[in-house]
Amino acid sequence: MIQLKNIHKEFDNTPILKGITTEFKRGKTNLVIGQSGSGKTVLLKILLGLFTPNKGEIYFDGIPFSSMTEDEHRILRREIGMVFQGSALFDSMSVVENVLFPMRMLTKLSEAEMIDQAETVIERVNLIDAKHKLPNEISGGMQKRVAIARAVVMRPKYLFCDEPNSGLDPKTAIVIDNLIQELTKEFNITTVINSHDMNSVMEIGETILFLKDGNKEWEGSNQNIFKTDNEAVTDFVYSSNLFKKVRKLYLEN
Amino acid sequence: MLKHVGAYFLMIRLVFVKPTKRSIMYGLVLKEIQDLILGSLGIVCFLSFFVGGVVSIQTALNIDSTFIPENLVGFATRQSIILEFAPTFMAIILAGKVGSYITSSIGTMRVTEQIDALEVMGINSVNFLVFPKLLAMTLLPIVIIFSMFLGIFGGWAATIYGGFSSSASFIEGIQMEFNSFHVVYAFVKTFLFAIILATIPSYHGYYMKGGALDVGRASTVSFVWCSVVIIVVNYFITQLFFS
Repeated sequence: MIQLKNIHKEFDNTPILKGITTEFKRGKTNLVIGQSGSGKTVLLKILLGLFTPNKGEIYFDGIPFSSMTEDEHRILRREIGMVFQGSALFDSMSVVENVLFPMRMLTKLSEAEMIDQAETVIERVNLIDAKHKLPNEISGGMQKRVAIARAVVMRPKYLFCDEPNSGLDPKTAIVIDNLIQELTKEFNITTVINSHDMNSVMEIGETILFLKDGNKEWEGSNQNIFKTDNEAVTDFVYSSNLFKKVRKLYLEN
Repeated sequence: MLKHVGAYFLMIRLVFVKPTKRSIMYGLVLKEIQDLILGSLGIVCFLSFFVGGVVSIQTALNIDSTFIPENLVGFATRQSIILEFAPTFMAIILAGKVGSYITSSIGTMRVTEQIDALEVMGINSVNFLVFPKLLAMTLLPIVIIFSMFLGIFGGWAATIYGGFSSSASFIEGIQMEFNSFHVVYAFVKTFLFAIILATIPSYHGYYMKGGALDVGRASTVSFVWCSVVIIVVNYFITQLFFS
């Protein structure tokens, strides 16, 4: 579980996050949604340790991040998996090498053990036939699946995904969503997903945090997002006619 | 400007802390040797041979007086090649070839979040990316040996086939008043240029911001700064060695 308490962040005296307090639960897919510029990516980078908050504290399973020693930070980083928006696969490495990379860098496992572990994960994301291909030889959806495999190969406690569906067709996006949710349950991970995709919100949003202008505007789940009368949420989530109709039908039933 | 100088030296410090696993680094260094050193040999050899030829032709054509011995062509070619052409001119050429490659490859990794991915894994990305390049570039003196040899050989070939001097007098010129200190001077500055060629482009790639267009812009800026620093360092080291 990750707890955020009163997180503030500003760049050049411009406040980006204005006191975010929330909780991301273990074994659940926790979605962070909001318009562009609402502070989602900054929040994710703070969770990853790439940015330091100006004020506030983050607790990883009850341990405050700021009080951790350098060694504890290093251990924590090994417990974090990250799926970047653009996959961020290493161009010069094949699929299997990309998945092997964190283990080669951070563990003392034998080569056979590493290959075994990598192939298990690659098989889990259905890419065993493409394991020797380079990232530029596979589709965007496959690249995302490699990125997920790389992120979970070290059996992380925390998984962060930055818009995992961006640039994917709706069918592939659902595959990616379901894969992330299945892995979250399977490995009991605390998963935090930044998303714009309303299908993801409805499909896998077990907990949803809605940010607006750096503030926590709303918090709930995909079950009660239909019922909310928060204007900012309904404006954002039900901006398309399709979702407006879906909501109407849901409320009528 | 001062901010960049400070950031550059902070980056240099990061190159040597929290090193990458030795087994991984070994592979990375070999790859960089192939890309940066072996990959540059062809163009260096080609350019050296022809520029050496031009130097000897120009020297021969500008000697009008009969009081100046014929072996001066070989002597002047050797001195030009060893003292300046091979180390300095080649370093500038490599600032274009190797420097742009380093900036664009690291810059692309920055744009595509690959550097963030390394950082998230808890890897010192500066050490991982820059140290192998730095280590590989320390082999630059080997490239310069080829450049020196082929430059002088090109000078000899142009002189003989152009009919400007005999082979014997050219070779006599090459051997005349040879001072091994000049070779030491050339290698010392080549070594310094190698450090510049590995680190300045890395700095421009690593700290670049923006998208694909900015990668190209960073490569150009890196080439300009590499050339400027090489020329300035060349001036000071020449002053230091010969004054």
